[in-house]
Amino acid sequence: MTAALKAAQKGASVIIVEKYHELGGQLIKQTHRFFGSKEEQAGIRGIAIADELTKKIESNDKIKVLTEATAQGYYEDKVITVSYQEQFQKIKPKKVIIATGASEKMLAFENNDLPGVYGAGAVQTLMNLYGILPGEKVVMVGAGNIGLIVSYQLLQAGVKVVAVIEAAPKIGGYLVHASKIRRAKVPIYTSHSIKRAIGEKSVEAVEMVKLDENWNMVEGSEQIIEADTVCLAVGLRPLTDLLIQAECEMAYIPELGGDVPLRDENLKTTNEQIFVAGDAAGIEEATAAMLEGELAGLKAVSEIGYTDPDIFEELNRLKEELKKLRNGPVGKVIRKGLKKARGKEDAGKNRYSHIRGYR
Amino acid sequence: MLEKTGIPTSEDIDNIKPDEERLKEGPVAVIECFKEIPCDPCFYSCPFGAIKEFEDINDKPELITEKCTGCGNCIASCPGLAIFVVDYNKKTVSLPYEFLPLPEKGEHVKGLDRGGREVCEAEVVKVRDPKKNDKTAVITVKVPEEYLMEVRNIEVGDFNE
Repeated sequence: MTAALKAAQKGASVIIVEKYHELGGQLIKQTHRFFGSKEEQAGIRGIAIADELTKKIESNDKIKVLTEATAQGYYEDKVITVSYQEQFQKIKPKKVIIATGASEKMLAFENNDLPGVYGAGAVQTLMNLYGILPGEKVVMVGAGNIGLIVSYQLLQAGVKVVAVIEAAPKIGGYLVHASKIRRAKVPIYTSHSIKRAIGEKSVEAVEMVKLDENWNMVEGSEQIIEADTVCLAVGLRPLTDLLIQAECEMAYIPELGGDVPLRDENLKTTNEQIFVAGDAAGIEEATAAMLEGELAGLKAVSEIGYTDPDIFEELNRLKEELKKLRNGPVGKVIRKGLKKARGKEDAGKNRYSHIRGYR
Repeated sequence: MLEKTGIPTSEDIDNIKPDEERLKEGPVAVIECFKEIPCDPCFYSCPFGAIKEFEDINDKPELITEKCTGCGNCIASCPGLAIFVVDYNKKTVSLPYEFLPLPEKGEHVKGLDRGGREVCEAEVVKVRDPKKNDKTAVITVKVPEEYLMEVRNIEVGDFNE
């Protein structure tokens, strides 16, 4: 959305292809206040940011929005195919910005296919978009920011959170989020894991187990926790299918959440036509994603002639903002990942080189 | 330890708490933000310049206690809900609260500590829920003096029960 707005602001015509029936991505479920810099909407709730961006886009006649539209593929003649309103359509853009976001990771444990086992995204969608409670007693797996925030939102909806289980020895998310649920009576078990879900037709309980310093289960430490819902918040993986298909050079960079496209500092991939932004470029928080969108949008349209004398200054300002955000200890992993993704450090082996037609 | 449990230790609190003298003088903010994260709205929320300007947005906030009037503007500005105002004269704690129903003035609620333990009874003396707080209410409760540095949440009716 920020890429589209920036591109349109410079005079380019933009088409947004969105799979969902409304714009906003993950923001439409984020009822909590955002961190980050005051200049970049810190302190504002995610839902309010989504509303504001949507309004700006809808009132901008340079931007055409296709919702319930799926980008199907990228072809070598630089055509993007889209299924929209039961039609197969072809678009031939000058530049493409891929901001497809991420998908949730799954966790292997016994009975993880029982009804009542949800991903955190599903819980947020049910609860915050449709007003449907996922269950009555929830075990949250994962104490990263998503696990902590969704636990808090469950409490706000009147659902009991009986445990937050985290395999790592330390809480991964922001400690202020952890403290918020702790003082609301939610226990957090670090160095613990879910061994299995128990239940006949749906989840009735969870078996939790302690982990030793080598992350092995400690025998005899099993504990049964009564619950009807297991919510998995065990990480995200960039959604990069289109980038792979477009033969962007990919690399496995664990710091960014998995396979991501190599890109330059303006977020241009190894395909001259394609830019990437947001979680598809590497898992990070929303403020960074929005800034990346602006940066990619701006650079992309400047390359096709929509530019002005201030463009360098503007590009630099965005890069500077991103740098500031990533400057602290929580940005350390991202900084390391970005070095690899920009080819300044050895990235993991390209796992797609075996794919036919892949360069 | 905080990183394992989510509960700040007494040492963590000692490191950030205004000194005894300042506490006795009257209302003052207590900023329980212990990890460097990219966040700065508290600085902008203070009309008295009592929160030091951030050199790096990842810095932890620093309170200039002599400038703080305890007005509580910062409480609802903090996305981490980590700022409280403690008043040793009126024996009150003001805290951010985002649950419904909101308590009413005069209501007796349970005072919970940082670990969610019920430590005392608390009397609601003020409920602030102006539009500018965008649904983060600020509740002021009266508690026994020894719990002023302990009570950080309240339970109105049943809570995670």
